[in-house]
Amino acid sequence: MEPFRTVRSVTTPLDKINIDTDQIVPKQFLKLVQRSGFGRYLFYDWRYERRGDGSGDASVVPRPDFVLNHPRYKGSAILATGENFGCGSSREHAVWALADHGFRAVIAPSFADIFYNNCFKNGVLPVTLERGEVRDILKFEGDIEVDLEAKEVRMYGPGDHAGPSHVARFEIEPHRRTVLLEGLDEIAQTLKYEKEIAEFERESGLTGDAAPPLPPDKPPGT
Amino acid sequence: MAQNASTLFEKIWDSHEVLRKGADGPSLLYVDRHMVHEVTSPQAFEGLRANGREVRRPDLTVATMDHNVPTTPGERRLPMADQTSDLQVRTLEENCREFGIRLFGMDSPDQGIVHVIGPQLGITLPGATIVCGDSHTSTHGAFGALAFGIGTSDVEHVLASQTVWMQKPKSLEIMIRGRMSGPHAVTAKDVILYVIRKIGTDGGAGHVAEYRGQAVSDMSMEQRMTICNMSIEAGARAGLVAPDEKTFEYLRGRTYTPESYEEMVDAWKKTLRTDSKASFAKRYEIDASRIAPQVSWGTNPGMTCDVTEAVPDPAEYGDGDKPREDSARKALQYMGLEPGTPMTEIPLDRVFIGSCTNARLEDLIEASRAVRGRKIARGVRAMVVPGSQAVKRSAEEMGLDAIFKDAGFEWRESGCSMCLGMNPDILMPGERCASTSNRNFEGRQGTGGRTHLASPVMAAAAAVNGHFVDVREMDMPDGTV
Repeated sequence: MEPFRTVRSVTTPLDKINIDTDQIVPKQFLKLVQRSGFGRYLFYDWRYERRGDGSGDASVVPRPDFVLNHPRYKGSAILATGENFGCGSSREHAVWALADHGFRAVIAPSFADIFYNNCFKNGVLPVTLERGEVRDILKFEGDIEVDLEAKEVRMYGPGDHAGPSHVARFEIEPHRRTVLLEGLDEIAQTLKYEKEIAEFERESGLTGDAAPPLPPDKPPGT
Repeated sequence: MAQNASTLFEKIWDSHEVLRKGADGPSLLYVDRHMVHEVTSPQAFEGLRANGREVRRPDLTVATMDHNVPTTPGERRLPMADQTSDLQVRTLEENCREFGIRLFGMDSPDQGIVHVIGPQLGITLPGATIVCGDSHTSTHGAFGALAFGIGTSDVEHVLASQTVWMQKPKSLEIMIRGRMSGPHAVTAKDVILYVIRKIGTDGGAGHVAEYRGQAVSDMSMEQRMTICNMSIEAGARAGLVAPDEKTFEYLRGRTYTPESYEEMVDAWKKTLRTDSKASFAKRYEIDASRIAPQVSWGTNPGMTCDVTEAVPDPAEYGDGDKPREDSARKALQYMGLEPGTPMTEIPLDRVFIGSCTNARLEDLIEASRAVRGRKIARGVRAMVVPGSQAVKRSAEEMGLDAIFKDAGFEWRESGCSMCLGMNPDILMPGERCASTSNRNFEGRQGTGGRTHLASPVMAAAAAVNGHFVDVREMDMPDGTV
């Protein structure tokens, strides 16, 4: 996984609360069996409109009024949005689509649990800030720098050559920060605990804390 | 088990903790049951292959195909008309074969929606940790299990290690006092929609909800599954109900119920409940007797009102909160609704009775009460999609299929179907649907489609009338069908 240290870019403002993962990537694009290439489907139903019968790529055109289609935000690596971002379906495709499009950080007052967790598996940093600070960022037209090491969001206006005009601090669980900073393969890390896992399996089998294995296959429909 | 006073959730958590990184760090939780389906697993298996890893415990893992499969009778075979779905289904078959995982495939008599077949086959157990790459895994919490949805990277992690890293959530109490009014008119679906409406779509964020109180004790297992299912719609990763005699009885003698089941029941009776002195981080209290049949009007499940009410005014709904008001305004625009329109005067095009929320046998029985001896309204297209092949068989033995078909409903094969429209069952742009599913998000049932969430009996009554009605005032047979 690509490590995350600092990202600086203009911030794409998507001022809406409760954006669910069905909006981030609609279900018709979940049928792919690979992880790559989801960027083109990001916010698909908001980003494109259909002409004619709506079938085929040629009948789909960008909506000029949707923020992702604005030339100003081309190449933006930071998305700012409202409360409870990523609610609903657990589809990790939502994070794959954001990352593939080029977003490395999402700033919001709160995130849905599963989405938040999925971000860290894909080198995307979800930044939780106070509602008021996010509102300022949604209106801000300069560059924003997200620094994971310093746990800071720095706002640079057009004339801020000497330094940022505002700095917001954010909190993040230490282990999650480490995973992103170092771009760790989590499974490889976990498998180092083989001894502990095997011990748990042995012990819990004795005390009954864990449920027993499923019995051998039974005839279907019994 | 913990020595101090603990909640049910904390007890299950503590007994599955392999290790914890520091006092406040994440825990490595052992997973007792891993359920896999075709949509969120292919990349996980691919990751295993790329790294030369095995599935650690195929004997704790089961798979089914439910999201993509056609529900049209006669079309349940490969190759499927939709080539990308076909590839995904075949990929699951191949992965299960390669890694030795038990699969309830499209032609299996045990196939069904993963959250319907888990309990039905006795794979779901009280006190167990259960994960699946699907947010409605919370359904299994009805049995006193800690069950939650995970993303695909975590699916891979569980396949490889039988564990998952998680920061310990807090305990949330949702106390539902009193009794539901009208035994067949107000249902578990109305209760959970009402809860979400009251606590909000993020009211349970960071928490595991325990549903307690008279109304919950009174509920059948299938009703408890309906409320736990929609915990995620209130932002809670998981929801659970302490197991009781109903729970133990439900799982007795199922296909995969363990041989040592009765001994396990004896142990569960002693441990699987919240201690009287345990404290919850957050509590909500609801009076069940005040709950009317619910219908959603907006584009998230919290945007719901009583069937006797009208579409709200966004300013009133926002109550001074500008983003909330804006979201209601956008929702009404998407839904094509005017404030002040009575919910009972909105004409419907489609009715969908199905999904992991409401496609079990009791749901179909309840829905059939409003349909028996009646016809669906002109211009309405209605379908029933049983949650599993077993539910379908039981319903057919009871003659429910005939009741629905005589009324003009389509009677389908089992699957997720129009809950999320990954298979051919979708709404056309602008079509308005009464749906027993769990999400009314924009485009959820088809791009441009408009979803109104309701209970099975409410949806069935709406099919007959062409619009929602207050089922408390409808003439319906009592007792069993």
